[in-house]
Amino acid sequence: MSRFVEGFLVMLGREPEKPTHLTPAARIVVDAQGSREGKARRKKLIAEERESNYRSHFWRNWRWVSIIVVNLLFVLSYRADVQLVEGALTASRFVGFHMADLNSALQVMLAYKHLLINLVIGTGTVLFAWWLLGGRSFCSWVCPYHLLAEIAEMLHLKLAGRGLVSDHTLHRGTRTALYASFVVLALATGYTVFEFISPVGILSRAFIYGASLALIWVLALLLIEIFYSRRFWCRYVCPIGLTYGFVGAFSPVKVVYNLEPCLHEGKCRQVCMVPHVLSMTRIGYADDVKIDIGADCTRCGMCVEVCPTKALSFDIKGLNKLL
Amino acid sequence: MTKWLSNLFQPDARPKHREDRRRLLRSAAFAGALVGASLLGFIPIVKRWRVRLRPPGAIEENEFLSACIKCGQCVQVCPVKAIRLADIEDGFGLGVPHIDARVQACDFSCDAVQCILACPTGALSHDLSKKEEVRMGVARLSSPGNCLARRGEGFRGAARGAAFPGLHRYLAVDRWKPVLIAEHPYDVEICDLCVRECPIEGAISLAPVSDDPSDKRRTPVVHKSCVGCGMCEMICPAEPAAITVDSRATWSAGEGRA
Repeated sequence: MSRFVEGFLVMLGREPEKPTHLTPAARIVVDAQGSREGKARRKKLIAEERESNYRSHFWRNWRWVSIIVVNLLFVLSYRADVQLVEGALTASRFVGFHMADLNSALQVMLAYKHLLINLVIGTGTVLFAWWLLGGRSFCSWVCPYHLLAEIAEMLHLKLAGRGLVSDHTLHRGTRTALYASFVVLALATGYTVFEFISPVGILSRAFIYGASLALIWVLALLLIEIFYSRRFWCRYVCPIGLTYGFVGAFSPVKVVYNLEPCLHEGKCRQVCMVPHVLSMTRIGYADDVKIDIGADCTRCGMCVEVCPTKALSFDIKGLNKLL
Repeated sequence: MTKWLSNLFQPDARPKHREDRRRLLRSAAFAGALVGASLLGFIPIVKRWRVRLRPPGAIEENEFLSACIKCGQCVQVCPVKAIRLADIEDGFGLGVPHIDARVQACDFSCDAVQCILACPTGALSHDLSKKEEVRMGVARLSSPGNCLARRGEGFRGAARGAAFPGLHRYLAVDRWKPVLIAEHPYDVEICDLCVRECPIEGAISLAPVSDDPSDKRRTPVVHKSCVGCGMCEMICPAEPAAITVDSRATWSAGEGRA
């Protein structure tokens, strides 16, 4: 099975598997790391690394700026009459050009069963933009719920650290099952059923047009994430994330894993919202020396900034060839 | 796969399998709860809790709810801010635009039905090009006893009181800018505000209630050209309004609607 298909299936819920065949280059690195000297070297490097207490929030800070600026632009476009992006995250006009959120547009098309030219243009524009920018990068760089969920996650981890709460995981296939359910529901009922519980739409409209009772639902989701299940919505539920994941599978913007410098400490998997995409960072799970991270990756850069040996980095495929 | 499944449902399964089973049950429970929560949106639709007045050009109600992408671009372009987005009490209508005519009616200040042009999905039909083609509902003299004209009374002062925030475009004041109704007082011998401010030519008129020429009493009569914008409902100085719009109602021939 190709790595691309594997990444796709892992996004849908499959557990990542240990590879049976390694490329010759990977075999050399793995053998070197597994040798007596390699193990001693790794031990020494880990000790040094722990000593240095390396820490960075470079990407997180930029992401937070991005989420706040994008959502603020929506608010100011209406409230202060800036008229740059009119509408909400579900659909808008950016300096006059139609844009439509891919999942909202999908729901409308399934429920309404007509293709409208403006919506097709808006969907096409956004599809192209997020293909270029990395698919689920929508989640970590634009989605307002993501920012709130990150804060909820910090609280969860703090409470979990004190033993006050524990993370109750769900099967990752849950999201795939829900995605299919909402597709069928939109088709069968003729209503955009998912939009009723979408915290993204609710939040975006609340920012722009004023608070609504629907925010109670968003609060309930955040409480589940703080006290019961870490990143519950983004990990196991959100169909919007999966829609953008499909786009991201083909995107040139990727996080790339480099086997050679990796110390297999697992720090990246601890901070990652979708740690299954980082399975190759476990000992014996990398089948090549350089591996693109799979479709479900939100390009948030947390693994990039937490990795002490720069084994993980952002890459734009084809850009090197182009330059 | 089958082994995994059978392990999953064996009561004495190993701890790993027990945890797998618990996780699967948890996943199923949450998935069920979320689908259930989303289906709660059906209740207000099925029970018809609200029959909303929709913005100009809105297509058939069920299609309108499905075609609307809940972005509020119509809200943003409305010069009198007549359009609001619904809350969870509207179920699947969450985020869908509506107009509360008594609070702020659409008076077609924009002339070119801007909300329709703003709609990205055709939930507001682009087939319309002028206000006379709009069909939002039909006005009806719902509380005739409250009507000042029917009592032969005039009206002086601000139509809805000094604190009323509603806007209306008075052509005589400013062709391009809607102003506060509160700042535009009236002084009429027989109240005819609904007729006077109706933005549609010939949609409403006052008719005598008797053959007696000395009888000052008049009654508003709604005509077929009424588009249901609700301007009459907003401007009516009686409390509650003597005239209201039946949202989504259509004109039926021979029906004396006034």
